Amino acid sequence: MYGTTFIDKNKPVKNILEGEDPVKLAEFEARITRGEKIEPRDWMPKEYRRQLIRMIEQHAHSEIIGALPEGTWITRAPGFRRKLALMAKVQDEVGHGQLLYSAAETLGKTREAMINDLINGKSKYSNVFNYPAMTWGDTAIIAWLIDAGAIINQVTNSKGSYGPYCRALERICSEESFHLKYGHDNVVYLATGTPKQRELVQDALNRWWTPIMHFHGPPDKISAHTQILMKWKVKMASNDDMRQQFLNEYVPKIWDLGLTIPDPNLRKNEETGKWEYTEPDWDEFKRVINGDGPCNKERLQVRRWAEERGAWVRRALKKAEAKYTVPLA
Amino acid sequence: MQSYDPRVNRMELPSNEDGKEVLQSEENWETYEVFHQKKRGDQHIHVGIVHAANPEMALILAKESFGRRRQTANLWVVKSSQVHATDYENQDMFETTPEKTYREASDYYCMDRIRKYQQEHGIADRKGERRKKTEAKSK
Ligand SMILES: [Fe+2]
Ligand SMILES: [Fe+2]
Repeated sequence: MYGTTFIDKNKPVKNILEGEDPVKLAEFEARITRGEKIEPRDWMPKEYRRQLIRMIEQHAHSEIIGALPEGTWITRAPGFRRKLALMAKVQDEVGHGQLLYSAAETLGKTREAMINDLINGKSKYSNVFNYPAMTWGDTAIIAWLIDAGAIINQVTNSKGSYGPYCRALERICSEESFHLKYGHDNVVYLATGTPKQRELVQDALNRWWTPIMHFHGPPDKISAHTQILMKWKVKMASNDDMRQQFLNEYVPKIWDLGLTIPDPNLRKNEETGKWEYTEPDWDEFKRVINGDGPCNKERLQVRRWAEERGAWVRRALKKAEAKYTVPLA
Repeated sequence: MQSYDPRVNRMELPSNEDGKEVLQSEENWETYEVFHQKKRGDQHIHVGIVHAANPEMALILAKESFGRRRQTANLWVVKSSQVHATDYENQDMFETTPEKTYREASDYYCMDRIRKYQQEHGIADRKGERRKKTEAKSK
């Protein structure tokens, strides 16, 4: 599970390539144009490294924080099989976090530094996980539609240029297909069940529609900076393109179940082939991402609680002579 | 604070305001490279890394991370610091490898010479015999 990445566009364009060796830069760009992957010990521009660390780290945090709203429901999942399945899904998400932290680590930021930055609010994670999963219906909607959004994002990014990130994403995508089917199965079960069950899932869909529309991030302006990041295959598609792809694949599947989507303007324009919709409240998005969502504080406190509780075990196991080495791949 | 998670409400959550670095450096130990063997007789293939304080812990985490779903016969873990690798910078040392066709079986073809010699010296070739053999096999 994962939300969109927030590329830092504040850095002025002319500074991006400042001080870079033009010959090495040309070789680097030629390699990417040929479709070759960049590996950890290759030469890379400072901005490439910086943006990738930021992006992969945010992705990793999203997996870890994303496990919290769903993890809440393991003990209350209806029936043994669903408990097992939800446990498996939550474990996968935490595992995705591990794979992604490893990929980010190969670029030179330690795992400890990433976790510290998460807990202290210095790095972001997907905004949607600042909302609570209030009912079992919410977990069904999350597992189906938030994971669906994540898959679109992850499949797109897996064609990027950084080797370790692509390899992690390939493994992640194969597990996500289980999450998607599991989530769909849960939604279908509720939507075809008793009137009460239908109401449960419809309410959840109503609650989650705004976060779902927020998921791929605000419409991005194509700046000179984003153009460089696209040339370097760090950013692989615009936020709006990914949102269109999501709507195109999933809105018909939601309507198949006779569920309603809380947006009267949502329709496919048959001429342009594009979906038209009401822009979700982007001020709310900004507010929540800057800390003022219903669960921001709780999410980080829970992470901190876990790290603090485990500290004595980690420190007891640590050997003074052990030396950290950046992983190879 | 009232959470939707009853377990969270039972916890005594720490304040998150002091900006303290919760983890010290190297608190997540060392990294181990993980190699996965799908079934007996296959090669071990590199699949990723785990952080661990010792090899036993690395194997337990490797099992959780890389053996919880896929078929697995065996796992290896090796400290990242113990892996020696060639440098991508020196990749040109492999450059002539594809040209070394004299290392390939497909580069050795001498039937033309044999046929020519057979025709010139009146030696019967065994084409018919070979055809019968392949036909018998396909039946
Ligand atoms: Fe995930
Ligand atoms: Fe997922």
